Amino acid sequence: MTNRWSRVLKTPVGIAGVGLLTLVLLLAVFAPILWGDKANAVDTDNLLAGPSADHWLGTDNLGRDLFYRVLVATRLSVSLALLATALGTVVGVLLGTAPLLLGRRAGRLVTALVNLLVAFPGLLLVLFFAVVFGVGAKGAVLAIGLAGAPAFARLCQTLVAGVAELEYVAAARIAGVGRFRILLRHVLPNVAEPLVVNVTISAGGVLLSFAGLSFLGLGVQPPSYDWGRLMQDGLAGIYTHPLAALAPGIMVIVAGLAFNLTGEAVAGAFGMSAVTRFGQALQVDTGETPASDLRHDADADRDLVLDVRDLRVSFPGAAGPVHPVRGVSFGVAAGEAVGVVGESGSGKSLTALSIARLVEEPGLVDARHLTFCGTDLLAESDTDQLLGTSLAVVFQDPMTSFNPAMRIGAQLAEVGRHHQGLDRKEASDRAVDRLRAVRVREPERRARQYPFEFSGGMRQRAMIGMGLMGSPRLIIADEPTTALDVTVQSQVLALLQDVRREEGAALLLISHDVSVVSDVCDRVLVMYAGRIVEDLPTADLHTRAQHPYTRALVAAVPDMATALDAPLATIPGHPVDPAQMPVGCAYAARCPLATAVCREQDPALVADTSGRRVACWHAGEPIEMVTAEEATA
Amino acid sequence: MSELVFDHVTVRYGTSTVLDEVSLTVPDGEVVGLVGESGSGKSTLAKAAVGLTPVQGGRILLDGEPIRQRGRRRPVSMVFQDPFSSLDPRMTIGESIAEAIPERLSRADRRAEIVRLLELVHLDAGRVTQLPGQLSGGQRQRVALARALAGRPRLVIADEITSALDVSVQGAVLNLVREMQRELGLSLLFISHNLAVVRYVASQVAVLEGGRIVEHGPTADVLERPQHAYTRQLLAAIPGSNHTQTKENR
Amino acid sequence: MAALTPAVVPTRAAWLRNRWVRFAVRRTGRLLVSLWVLVTASFLMIHFVPGDPVRAALGLTAPADLVAAKREALGLNDPLLTQYVHYLGNLLHGDLGESIQSQLPVAETIGQRLPATASLAFLAFGVAIAIAVPVGVAVAVATRRGRRRRTELAFAGTSVVLGAIPDFLLGVALVAVFAVNLGWFPVAGRDGASSYVLPVLALAIGPAAVLARIVRVEMLTVLETDYIRTARAKRLPALRIHLRHALPNAVTATLTLGGMLLASMVAGTVLVENVFAWPGLGSTIVQSIVSKDYPLVQGTVLVYGVIVLIVNNLVDVALAVLDPRSTIGDL
Repeated sequence: MTNRWSRVLKTPVGIAGVGLLTLVLLLAVFAPILWGDKANAVDTDNLLAGPSADHWLGTDNLGRDLFYRVLVATRLSVSLALLATALGTVVGVLLGTAPLLLGRRAGRLVTALVNLLVAFPGLLLVLFFAVVFGVGAKGAVLAIGLAGAPAFARLCQTLVAGVAELEYVAAARIAGVGRFRILLRHVLPNVAEPLVVNVTISAGGVLLSFAGLSFLGLGVQPPSYDWGRLMQDGLAGIYTHPLAALAPGIMVIVAGLAFNLTGEAVAGAFGMSAVTRFGQALQVDTGETPASDLRHDADADRDLVLDVRDLRVSFPGAAGPVHPVRGVSFGVAAGEAVGVVGESGSGKSLTALSIARLVEEPGLVDARHLTFCGTDLLAESDTDQLLGTSLAVVFQDPMTSFNPAMRIGAQLAEVGRHHQGLDRKEASDRAVDRLRAVRVREPERRARQYPFEFSGGMRQRAMIGMGLMGSPRLIIADEPTTALDVTVQSQVLALLQDVRREEGAALLLISHDVSVVSDVCDRVLVMYAGRIVEDLPTADLHTRAQHPYTRALVAAVPDMATALDAPLATIPGHPVDPAQMPVGCAYAARCPLATAVCREQDPALVADTSGRRVACWHAGEPIEMVTAEEATA
Repeated sequence: MSELVFDHVTVRYGTSTVLDEVSLTVPDGEVVGLVGESGSGKSTLAKAAVGLTPVQGGRILLDGEPIRQRGRRRPVSMVFQDPFSSLDPRMTIGESIAEAIPERLSRADRRAEIVRLLELVHLDAGRVTQLPGQLSGGQRQRVALARALAGRPRLVIADEITSALDVSVQGAVLNLVREMQRELGLSLLFISHNLAVVRYVASQVAVLEGGRIVEHGPTADVLERPQHAYTRQLLAAIPGSNHTQTKENR
Repeated sequence: MAALTPAVVPTRAAWLRNRWVRFAVRRTGRLLVSLWVLVTASFLMIHFVPGDPVRAALGLTAPADLVAAKREALGLNDPLLTQYVHYLGNLLHGDLGESIQSQLPVAETIGQRLPATASLAFLAFGVAIAIAVPVGVAVAVATRRGRRRRTELAFAGTSVVLGAIPDFLLGVALVAVFAVNLGWFPVAGRDGASSYVLPVLALAIGPAAVLARIVRVEMLTVLETDYIRTARAKRLPALRIHLRHALPNAVTATLTLGGMLLASMVAGTVLVENVFAWPGLGSTIVQSIVSKDYPLVQGTVLVYGVIVLIVNNLVDVALAVLDPRSTIGDL
């Protein structure tokens, strides 16, 4: 917390904002004490005079010094603005939290009212209230404060609703915690930061509104004066000396900016914290990782659609680049189905993305060798045509992977338009045909629908159909069924199999679910901490896995044949943070077989005669069951 | 621990009926698994039992009496799916658990109770002062379980508690659930979309489809001799259950 | 913006018509409720005023019988409900009452002054959009993922400062520089095309800066979405990805704020008109508030409110066309 506030002061915006704000507040406190008399001193010899050595900004119609008047007006301008802000905030928070406290029905009424009011611009509400409360400073505070309340209430409602939906609030309600306590203990603390930031920013806005109201003659009345009033007085003489109108205006802007910038800087610092943490998480010592073994020459004699050697992905971290993928080598033969399994953070998705050339700046992909259909993807500059027609990619979340504002058919058709030289009619016919190919019923009608009219499973079909617009040699599917129900999942997996057979395409299936992979794939690559630790036929996964991680992964997930009398296997500890990659085998800290050599040297991925590969010093050695008690350590 | 009975429970949101006269009994000291796909009404049933959603028809009874939905002591508690949103990020582990303890205890007693609960879920007592941000997903789920037990509930509802966890910690949480059930004689309604997980923890299983229970019985019976077409469909869809055979079929 | 995929024209979508019908009914219903609240508020306004509004309007020196006569003429002595019914009835006939000061029908005054205000606001809105969208999109694409930090800083700085300058102040500054010093444009009044330049700029620049920032942020968000990744996986040309896939979605999110901006520009004319002595509704409302000419205030507030409501509903319709999902939302 303190950390974040101090970070505010480390940005240029923060320094400027807080510096200006301090200055403005100091002026508000001390200017009337120091220069109050000078500001009211009448100099009848100098009426409406221009700037001079005596009067830097000139004088007004009573010969009073404008420079001091502008400084002294700070107190009234700022304090009235803060009063109005406070009023708006209190009323806004009351209205905004009402839905939570009043329950459903009354809450809905309040929400509807706020929605209605918030549609009207603040100035209009200000004028309405100004009529009701009358012209003058008090009326203006009430008018501006109340006019600001709906916007604040809306913000408050949104924030509160966001938190109130969270499960910890539901958990507190179930535990019998009262509404007020939930509001005070769970909701308000978790929305306080954005609220404070917005109050600060809106204080700037209120200051401007106040100046506007006084400028119109509806706010502060003589003999009192704020910046808006001074501007109004100066406007009449704008031909003779414009500074009289502009100087208070500049003060309004400076004070408004002081609040705005401070708010923005605080918002930035709070928002940035996530980014910074991400950067820190990616920090890593750039010490040489042992060159991973590249001997997968057993693949060399096969007809490889994809050949990857020593693939590395790095991202810049605060202390040098981080490597979430560290030397991955494998090949995919024509028509072959290869699965990649691993926990979150193992680098499996990043491996898939980098093969599809979809890793963006600032990520860097490097490999000793990366060929797809015989084309070197790293050397060739224009691979769009090849990748656009021969590589299909299916992503995890079908709900977010289609453009929501474009019809499904059009999204398929544009592939044909751009890569196959089809005209509009041909492309849309092909799109319909491809939807039919992935068993979408009534493809003509469906092609005209928007993504939101499709179910998750249907979208994933359409996504596969999009990949079939060309004639894919390889389908990369990154967790294609994770977001789907079991029955839909099995349909989509079956479809992938059919497509593979019909098109003769190879499949690279990324999944965290060992059973999904073993259903569909011929071969499995097991990834841990950015490397392949084992490469074996699926048939051997449950019985003949060599690497202790593979074995634990298989045993930790119950399937329909799991023994019911024994506890499930567990893997103690946490996955490795790419920022803190240990020396030696990355799995050593969690491995029951680990010995001194494991902690010192990273084992190479070694192939046996049958083409299986494993990276472990103790491959295949027997493991004792890890009990739940030990696992919690 | 005691018996939870859903008696012809109906829940509607607007015009759509989410639960249609659902009747289900969770017997004393047993784990009943509730399976179904998204939209089948699983979570709504859970929410109805803890009073988070209003019920339009039927009754929900605990030991023959309506469940208290007011006051400090609630007889039914719940563990949620997402370990990252189920703990208040600004409250320490100790505070989160303490909030769910209904009795007014002295400081020392409360502290002892929190430590007891943490030990129950195999967490170190030193974690009391930590914030959720310092814990892994599996550890948070343990805290959530400890909090659910803090009110000494007569029944616990677990709603998809392992589906957001990485595979390596899923097993540990499932082991813990089984251990709790054995040692405390917990009655548990265990909701999951994963039949293999339900098979592992539950003695009975109920299948929910489109807001109706289509099949209900002892786990082994339902999974080995499914009567309803939908149950068979669900079983056939499980990946990897019989992979060599499935692959040859295709 | 290009029309949505003319290749696939809906031909037999009865249910879709249905969805649009439901959308139209819901929106109209909401508009009517809002209108009713607005009308009622403007009716009640005069009754919220502390003391006797007629006495306040005519001044303390006005003879008592004149005040009484005026009260009678305004119907203020009737029961509130009768007055309300009268007010609604007159509204339906386009009768907004009579000004206390000038004795002229309020509707007539508003009719004379409305075009000046409307042309100002809509011109300014057009200018703001024409500046904000291209700038916001270009800066977003150029500064994506931490590229070109200096461009980003310069843009952020400029837009924050410009956005923080209130329109009336900008107006004063523009007058001082371009009218008084350089003499390029008239200082005040509405007389020919050149007289529009300064007021339109005064109204448009601040909102343009704010809108450009919003467009940039929305564009950046959209560029990080899964469907943009899908578009890149399809190997579409960068221009198509940005203009066809990203822009419509970024604009959809911007549109709501754009509507609020237009609404606030309509209101912003109040201040700018006073700077430029623009013969529109804005100067009318201020004068009438100061002189406590309540029927005129009532009428002007009502007209402003109605314009804002119409703008908001136009935005909703535009949103529905751009993003069909918004037609199925609740409310």
